[in-house]
Amino acid sequence: MLNQVMFFLFGAMIVIFSLLTVTSRKILRAAVFLLFVLISTAGLYFALNYNFLAAVQLTVYAGGIVVLIIFSILLTSHVSERAVMAPLKQSLLSALATVAGATLTLMTILRFTFVPSSAADPHFNITDVGNALVSYNRDGYALPFEVVSVLLLAAMIGAIVVAKKEKMLKK
Amino acid sequence: MIQNIPLSYYLIISTLMFFIGIYGFLTRRNLITMLMSVELILNSVNINFVAFNRYLYPQQLQGHFFMLIVVAVAAAEAAVAIAIIINIYRNFKSIDVENVDEMKY
Amino acid sequence: MADYTYTLLIPLIPLFMFLLLGLTGHKMKPVVSGLIGTSGLGIGAILAYATAIRYFWTGHVAGTSYASIKAFEVSWLHLTEKLTIHLGVLIDPISVMMLVVITTVSLMVHIYSIGYMKGDPGFYRFFSFLSLFSFSMLGLVLATNIFQMYIFWELVGVSSFLLIGYYYEKPSAVAASKKAFIVTRFADLGFLIGILMLSFNTGTYDFQTLTDPHGPAIASLGGAAFMGMSVLTWSLIFIFVGGAGKSAMFPFHIWLPDAMEGPTPVSALIHAATMVVAGVYLVARLFPVYALAAPDALHVVAWIGGFSSIFAAVIACTQTDIKRVLAFSTMSQIGYMMLSLGVSGFGGEEGLGFMASNFHLFTHAMFKALLFLGAGAVIHAVHSNEIKDMGNLRKYLPITHITFLIACLTIAGIPPFSGFFSKDEILVAAFHSNKILFAIEYIVAGLTAFYMFRLYYGIFWGKKTHYHHTPHESPLVMTIPLMILAFGSVFAGFLPFHNLVTSDGIGFESHIDWMIAIPSVLIGVIGIAIATVMYKNESAIPDKIAATFKHLYNWAHRKFYMDEVYLFVTRKIIFRYISDPIAWFDRHIVDGTMNGIAGMTVYAAYAIKGLQSGKLQQYAYVFVGGTVILVLIFVYLT
Repeated sequence: MLNQVMFFLFGAMIVIFSLLTVTSRKILRAAVFLLFVLISTAGLYFALNYNFLAAVQLTVYAGGIVVLIIFSILLTSHVSERAVMAPLKQSLLSALATVAGATLTLMTILRFTFVPSSAADPHFNITDVGNALVSYNRDGYALPFEVVSVLLLAAMIGAIVVAKKEKMLKK
Repeated sequence: MIQNIPLSYYLIISTLMFFIGIYGFLTRRNLITMLMSVELILNSVNINFVAFNRYLYPQQLQGHFFMLIVVAVAAAEAAVAIAIIINIYRNFKSIDVENVDEMKY
Repeated sequence: MADYTYTLLIPLIPLFMFLLLGLTGHKMKPVVSGLIGTSGLGIGAILAYATAIRYFWTGHVAGTSYASIKAFEVSWLHLTEKLTIHLGVLIDPISVMMLVVITTVSLMVHIYSIGYMKGDPGFYRFFSFLSLFSFSMLGLVLATNIFQMYIFWELVGVSSFLLIGYYYEKPSAVAASKKAFIVTRFADLGFLIGILMLSFNTGTYDFQTLTDPHGPAIASLGGAAFMGMSVLTWSLIFIFVGGAGKSAMFPFHIWLPDAMEGPTPVSALIHAATMVVAGVYLVARLFPVYALAAPDALHVVAWIGGFSSIFAAVIACTQTDIKRVLAFSTMSQIGYMMLSLGVSGFGGEEGLGFMASNFHLFTHAMFKALLFLGAGAVIHAVHSNEIKDMGNLRKYLPITHITFLIACLTIAGIPPFSGFFSKDEILVAAFHSNKILFAIEYIVAGLTAFYMFRLYYGIFWGKKTHYHHTPHESPLVMTIPLMILAFGSVFAGFLPFHNLVTSDGIGFESHIDWMIAIPSVLIGVIGIAIATVMYKNESAIPDKIAATFKHLYNWAHRKFYMDEVYLFVTRKIIFRYISDPIAWFDRHIVDGTMNGIAGMTVYAAYAIKGLQSGKLQQYAYVFVGGTVILVLIFVYLT
């Protein structure tokens, strides 16, 4: 029962704050709404009993990316600035395409009956996740882990180079 | 404890989030808010991965790692995107997507 | 049978020189490139002499016939079991003779060119082209089969094209090279048709099989007939068309005078001594087939040769450009050779004409190369081709004068110079075959003596011309080849050709027929005497005669308007009624289709380029909308 309440609460928060994120005319406020969405998503993960994922969601997304976004907002625009919205025609057309897409997807989902696994609730802890992450055995994820590390390194260098000022580049 | 909530509900929430993200991407003029819409889209996909993992294959960890890798990629993407946006801001004195249309015929 | 494999080197050395000079010549000093090309030909000449001595004397058992030897052969294109094309080296009396002729003249021309082309910016290019030509010509005479001969035939045409157009800044040289190439190429079409007909009917390309008198090729032919003549006759006539094109026989002669635009050594090598006799060589090579299986084709050869010889001799009397006089003289002499082949029979004494033709080819190569090189020395000294710009040069150019006089006496058939012997054999052969042709040859002999001495007196005697700067004798590098060739012209007549080069490889006894020789010498002397009277000192007689026979003179001077006839046929008939419609079709239908496609592409591109707006959200919208529509179609509507 509590579980259901939590689910609907978080679900409603996700939908509402998502909508506010994309419609709010104040950019900083939109970023804060995004933060709420991400936190609610972490709540869903808690409800699914995936604590590690919820923690990652909170630290990386809510703690990292949103802060990054807020910084860049502060760098590029005034807090009081009101965002220019798209023309009515563009909004209507976009809404049409979006609603059509959502309808199609929802219809597809609802027509399908998912049979949840009857297996017992999993019993694994964070140690198992960590072991699997660096294991090179059959169920190991060492390779993706390495690839992602390289990707992050490349992204880091790329971001520094791109954001550097021209003067520094010339030097 | 999950039997009370069908899998479809998670999927519905993620679908709504996904298309709201798309709507934002199509209508917002500010590059940073467009980036935020992209984050919404990525996040909705994560919910799907996690929910499928939990409901259909609870003994395995694929969904977990997909979600973790998507988060890492999202972080990388956000970092590079923001670097680009700042560069654009420097060059155009604006981050309105309508002004950034030099790359055409 | 002796091993002659080394003869493969004779054509390959010039090929190597061509590649070496063509690729690296621009980095060499001009003299070095000239010496390299010359030394290559020198080695070739030594090998050719060695081959000739071995083949005719040391390596030959007295009393037996001269065999035809395949010194080397590889299968080059293996198309089917029956259709295989070989490349190889064929050694027999005429190819060995031609080896000597080509390497000698080519070597002389190489040496001479070192002096003549001095200071020319394209020095190395000239020598690399000369090497290419020598390679092609040697490959042509050594060909073991008619297809290989055709390949080298075309290569010879290309190198002739390159050398005529050597001064490519001069529009007239470019036009002349194109004319020579197109006219000979057009004639080569006949050659190709002839080859195809002949080999289709005999099933072989190989010369040895084709020309074996008892072989299957000759025996199997003569069956099917077309328009009153056998297929074999037709095919041989077509082959002769190719030979007539290369040898500048009427009516394909029009390219030869214009080809004189090339440097004079080139004229001496290609357009006097070697390439233009390729047609004679071709007929001689296939001679057993002509003589034994298709006498009708041989009559065509004889009459074309006879007509060409008198036609060219008449024109030569009126020309004022010394090189053109020599060009028409060449055409006339080749006509002699063709006629001689045409009146010949096969085997023994019957084959006198065959022997005489090759004999004359040999001596003609010597004295005509000498004449051209001498003319080159004169042009070198005077800087003009026109006879009116010359005169009284004998004091300034003593060596050139003497050698030129020897060549003139030789071509006029005065004993004991070599031209007398070879011409006498031709006249004897003609006398025994056809009296009309014989009469024509007597007239031509007189005309030849006349126009050659007209030329000689015009250059070395005649009026006192005032020169801007005193003409001087050419350097030794140019006069030594003249002296060597003069030596050849004087003494080549004493070679026992009737023992060496005969139609069936067996020697026969041949004597000078004084009943024919004495009148011919007299006619020559009369021609010389008339020329002496008219041209030795300045006189008004030539102009008077020209005025008396005004029309004839004009006709001959304008080369009987053959160029104009060709222009009329090509421009007014072929261009207007065949080429123009084809061009219209090409321009409007073929090109039109392509242009239409291109135009539609451009139009479509203009119409849709607006889609590339650079607006990110527009792209995204199309992407999302498209995905939704695709999902709709593939998930719900199918």
